[in-house]
Amino acid sequence: MEDFYRELIIQRYKTPHFRGELDPNDFSYADDNPACGDHIQIDVRLDEDGVVTEALFSGEGCAISQASADLLLESIIGKSIADIKALGKEDVLDNLGIELGPVRLKCALLPLKVLKAGLYGLGDEEVDR
Amino acid sequence: MAPTAKTGFNLQQIREDFPLLSRELRPGVPLVYLDSAATSQKPQVVIDVMSDYYQRMNANIHRGIHQLAEEATAAYENAREKISSFINAPSAQELIFTRNTTESINLVANSWGRTSLEEGDMVLLTEMEHHSNLVPWQLLAEQLSLQLEFIPVTPQGVLDLDVFEALLKKEPKLLAITHMSNVLGTINPLEEILSKARAAGAVTVVDGAQSVPHFPVDLGNLEADFYAFSAHKMVGPTGIGVLYGRRKLLEKMPPFLGGGEMIKRVELRSFKTNDIPHKFEAGTPAIAEVIGFGAAVDYLSQIGMTEVEKQERILTGYALEKLSQISNLHILGPGIEEKGGVISFYIDGIHAHDVAQILDSEGIAVRAGHHCAQPLHTKFDLPATSRASMYFYNTENEIDRLVAGIHKTKAIFD
Repeated sequence: MEDFYRELIIQRYKTPHFRGELDPNDFSYADDNPACGDHIQIDVRLDEDGVVTEALFSGEGCAISQASADLLLESIIGKSIADIKALGKEDVLDNLGIELGPVRLKCALLPLKVLKAGLYGLGDEEVDR
Repeated sequence: MAPTAKTGFNLQQIREDFPLLSRELRPGVPLVYLDSAATSQKPQVVIDVMSDYYQRMNANIHRGIHQLAEEATAAYENAREKISSFINAPSAQELIFTRNTTESINLVANSWGRTSLEEGDMVLLTEMEHHSNLVPWQLLAEQLSLQLEFIPVTPQGVLDLDVFEALLKKEPKLLAITHMSNVLGTINPLEEILSKARAAGAVTVVDGAQSVPHFPVDLGNLEADFYAFSAHKMVGPTGIGVLYGRRKLLEKMPPFLGGGEMIKRVELRSFKTNDIPHKFEAGTPAIAEVIGFGAAVDYLSQIGMTEVEKQERILTGYALEKLSQISNLHILGPGIEEKGGVISFYIDGIHAHDVAQILDSEGIAVRAGHHCAQPLHTKFDLPATSRASMYFYNTENEIDRLVAGIHKTKAIFD
């Protein structure tokens, strides 16, 4: 439990490093976690080689979803589209450094779901479980 | 009316009736269950009567000639009688078994609504409805091009009755309203509201999911046309609920689902419907659950619903007093005069899910989210709230543990 709200998560929740919006951007996508009311929008800029140069998130939600978004965006700066497509649940949990039950897992995975959905431009891409 | 208590209220003894309440979630962390508005815990007598049915009596009802079938049918219909008198319904034939409150309201929308409403008709709802008393009407409105209007909720969390009276002048065909809000805890002045709606010519549907479990409800007095509630929020099993409907309406309504039991006679291209309530109970019902529901009503009647209400008021008052002393904590809804045992709150700077998660680590079960009332949260500009909901089996000590858990939550986020 003490682990669950470890310093890093509380810190990123209170003072995120990647909060904001990018306009123009190369893709932008938003989605909700209906069970919780978490809402996350992610805006991304890519260079001509398809490498992420900037990424910001906006929206609201619990500490887990917000910290997860912030840490996810930090991890994708300088990564290619192929790298992002390869990201999965384990990467998100590694970022957070905690284990989560099925309910809170949805909070943690929402940012990745939004990022991938924006990337694929499908609007509905499921994150690998 | 439910009978009054035969003996004094003994909280310790009552808690012993509920095996789950004595569970330790983890070594040294006893459960504090404050989520009874979502579902209540079950006393041993309800659990026993259901397993006893399967062990001794299991048979399909209404059709069998053999002894088991007769016993099961009698137990099933006996439960209907008990539940009917528990809410003082005019007759047990007006009481239909459904899966839950949601299915009861969908039954009204699909059977009564489709045949009694037409394009342009106005359906009056409130801003405090649970999704179960909102979405069925949205679906119907889309199919029939109905006009939905809403009685607003004031910032204090009660219905704006002046606007209600103004809306009645537009001659709504239907009023669908909750008896008690599952978020604000507001107990609506239903007698007054229903009598005005009736005078304006509207048919009335009441969501009683939060009311019937918590205080005496007298349908003879309220004169609602339809009234819906669920067993699982009133110490009964999941998967079984009730729709009370006024006989003259039920008799005119077409069946909701077709199949066995709801017919009198079937030919290849036609059928003749059974009498009420069987007309609305197609297929083999949840027999064990109905019998369990009957036992739940017996259990509540033995305590007495007036006593249940009294105990909850004392505990809610205590909780409101303790919680209101916590800085940066805000409680939704009206004061104790108009409020049942549902306390939704939020803490500045801490999301409701984080509150619930940290409370869980202390063994305290509360709900976090929009509690299936998203438009109400939108109205108050809140993404989510935490909700502590009480029942007669909760204690002041449990409220103290909730308060301590909230202080711990605040310390972690400080």
